[in-house]
Amino acid sequence: MDALINLKDIVKTYQVGTVEVHALRGVDLQIQRNEYISIMGPSGSGKSTLMNIIGCLDSPTSGRYELESTPVHEMDDNQLAEIRNRKIGFVFQTFNLLPRASALHNVELPLIYSGVSASKRKVIAEEALDKVGLSDRKNHRPNELSGGQRQRVAIARALVNNPSLILADEPTGNLDSKTGEEIMRVFGKLNEAGNTIIVVTHEKYIADQASRIVRILDGNIADDLQLEEN
Amino acid sequence: MISFFIRLWENILIAVRALAQNKMRTILTTLGIIIGVLTVVSVASIIEGLNKGFASQIASIGSNTIYVQKYPWVAGRDWFKYRNRPNITMKDAKYIQERMKNAEAIAPATSTRRSIKYRNNSLTAIGVSGVTMETEKIEGYNIDEGRYFAPLEIAKNKNSVVIGYEIKDKLFKNRYPIGEKIRIGTISYTVIGVMEKRGSILGHNLDSGVYVPVGSIFRNFGFHRSIQIMVRVKDPSMIEPAMDELRFLMRVSRKLKPHEEDNFSINQQEVLTDMYKKLTGGLYTAAIGIGMLSLLVGGIGIMNIMLVSVAERRREIGVRKALGAKRVTITFQFIIESVIICTIGGIIAILISYLFSVLIDKVTPFPSSVPLWSVLMGLGFSTFVGLFFGIYPARQAAKLNPIECLHYE
Repeated sequence: MDALINLKDIVKTYQVGTVEVHALRGVDLQIQRNEYISIMGPSGSGKSTLMNIIGCLDSPTSGRYELESTPVHEMDDNQLAEIRNRKIGFVFQTFNLLPRASALHNVELPLIYSGVSASKRKVIAEEALDKVGLSDRKNHRPNELSGGQRQRVAIARALVNNPSLILADEPTGNLDSKTGEEIMRVFGKLNEAGNTIIVVTHEKYIADQASRIVRILDGNIADDLQLEEN
Repeated sequence: MISFFIRLWENILIAVRALAQNKMRTILTTLGIIIGVLTVVSVASIIEGLNKGFASQIASIGSNTIYVQKYPWVAGRDWFKYRNRPNITMKDAKYIQERMKNAEAIAPATSTRRSIKYRNNSLTAIGVSGVTMETEKIEGYNIDEGRYFAPLEIAKNKNSVVIGYEIKDKLFKNRYPIGEKIRIGTISYTVIGVMEKRGSILGHNLDSGVYVPVGSIFRNFGFHRSIQIMVRVKDPSMIEPAMDELRFLMRVSRKLKPHEEDNFSINQQEVLTDMYKKLTGGLYTAAIGIGMLSLLVGGIGIMNIMLVSVAERRREIGVRKALGAKRVTITFQFIIESVIICTIGGIIAILISYLFSVLIDKVTPFPSSVPLWSVLMGLGFSTFVGLFFGIYPARQAAKLNPIECLHYE
C-alpha cells in the first residue's frame, strides 16, 4: 500500500525583505497510515513550515507532496481548503476555538464547511465530543471550560470529519504537565483506534509518546528514529 | 440550489451570532443607514399624507370653477406689478354676466373682516362674504336652518345674513337664531339662515364666516374694493374655451389695446395643482439627495467597521480557513454580515418613520401615512449599500493567509 504522506525534495524559501530565508532545504519524508509520529526541532529549524505544508496551509516552493497518492503541491487555494476540510484535523497550541460559540458549534464547524445538513451535523459532533469525554459539556463556551477541556473540544473538532491525519502543533504547550499528559493519552487512544497522528513539539517527554521521532535542524531532517513499542 | 439556500442560512446564522456579540457597535454602525432611509421614507410619508389631504382639498376648490381676480394665485416676485392693477369691479362682472356664453353660472364675490355682535356676545375679525344667487350654485352651499337669500334680497342689497355653522354656536349658544338681529361692524343685519357644516380647506375654516348680499358690502363697508368673479362651467373640457372667452371679455371691458398686457388674472385650480406638484417634486428630490448622501456616508461607515471587524477577527478567519472554509465562503460570510447590519438599519429606520408618521397624523393637522413603495425602496437601498460596501472588506478577509491569522494575537 502507498504511504499516507509522501514528501519528496520539499523546498520552501521565504522572501523577507531582500533576504531569502531557506526554511526547508529539500525534505524527504514518508508517513504510513496509523503512524504516531513526533516532529521535533528548535525554533527556526523549519518544523513549523514543514507542519504547515503537511497541513496544506502552505505550498512548497518546489518538490512533490502526495497525500493519499493525490499530488497536493500543485493545488490552488480552494482545492487545499477542501483537502484541509476532509483529510486533516488540526489541533493547535492555543486551541483556536471560536470564543463565543458553544463546544458543540465549534465541533460542528468543519461539517458546516463540508456541507453536512444541520441535523446530521449535530449527531456527528455529539459523537466526536463523546469520544473525548465531553458530551456533558457540549453547550459550554470555551471560557467556561478548563484548558484541558478546551483542547479536548479542539481534538473532537479535528476528529469530526474523519480525517486521514491529525496534526497537532504543540498541543500541550499551554497546559500544565498533568493536563498535558491527559491530552497525550487521548492522542494515544486515538492512535490505537487507527488514526494517524503527527505531533509537533520541542519537548522530549511529549515526543517520546510517539512511535517515531523526526528531528528537524536548519531545514533538513537531522534524524528519523523508530522507537520501540513503549 | 437547495444547498445554496442552506449555506445562505448557515451564513446568516453565523453573521447574526457575530453581530449579536457587538450589539452597541452594530447599532452605531447602522446610524448612517438609519438616517438615510429615515429621510427618504419620512419625506415620502409626509408627501403621501399631503397628497391625500392637501391635494383632495385643492380638488374641492372645484375643477370646474374659474376665478377672475386682481392677483394671480402663483405670483412669484412680481407682486408690485400686480398691486398697481385696477381693481376688478362690479362693472367688469356685469359686463361678463351679460355676454359670456361658455358659463353655467357667474358670481361676483368680495369679502371683508368685521366684528359681529349679538346682545352681549361679540366675535372679532369675522370673514364677511358678499354673495349672489349664483354663488350658492357655484360653491354648492347647503342650508342647515332657515333659508338662503331670495333674489330680491340680493337685488335690493338687503341687510340679511346667512351665518356659518360655528358662528351659530358661538354667538347664539342654544338660542334659535333665525329672525334675530346681529351687528356686523356697526350695521344691523337680520339672520335668515344657518349654513351646513362645510369643514376647512387648506387650513382655512369655512364655518366661521357670515354671508351677506354682495351689494350690501359695498354700501355698508365702502365701495373702494376689488372683487373676484367666479365662473362655473359645465365640465372640465369647457375650462379652456371659457378661460379664453373670459380673457377676451375682460380685455374688452377694460378697453385694453392689443399691445397692452392683461391687467387682471384668470385663476384656475390647475395652477395650484401644478404648483403643488412642483413643490412636492422638489421635496422628493431634496429628500432623495439627502438620503443618498447619508446612505453613502453610512456605507463608508459600514465599510470601515467591517474592515475593523476583519482585522479583529483574523484569528477566527484563520481557524475557519484551516477547517476548510474556502475564499468564497469567507467572502460570503462577511458580505452577509454587512448586508444584515444595513438591513437592520433599514428596518429600524422604517419603524421610526412609521412612529413619526403616526405622530404627525395625530399632532399636526396634516394626515400622514407610510407608503409601501417607500418601505420597499428603503429596504432595497439599505440592502444594496450593505452589499456594495461589504464587498471590499469581505474580499480582504478572504485573502488573508491562514498561517499568519492563526498566530495573530
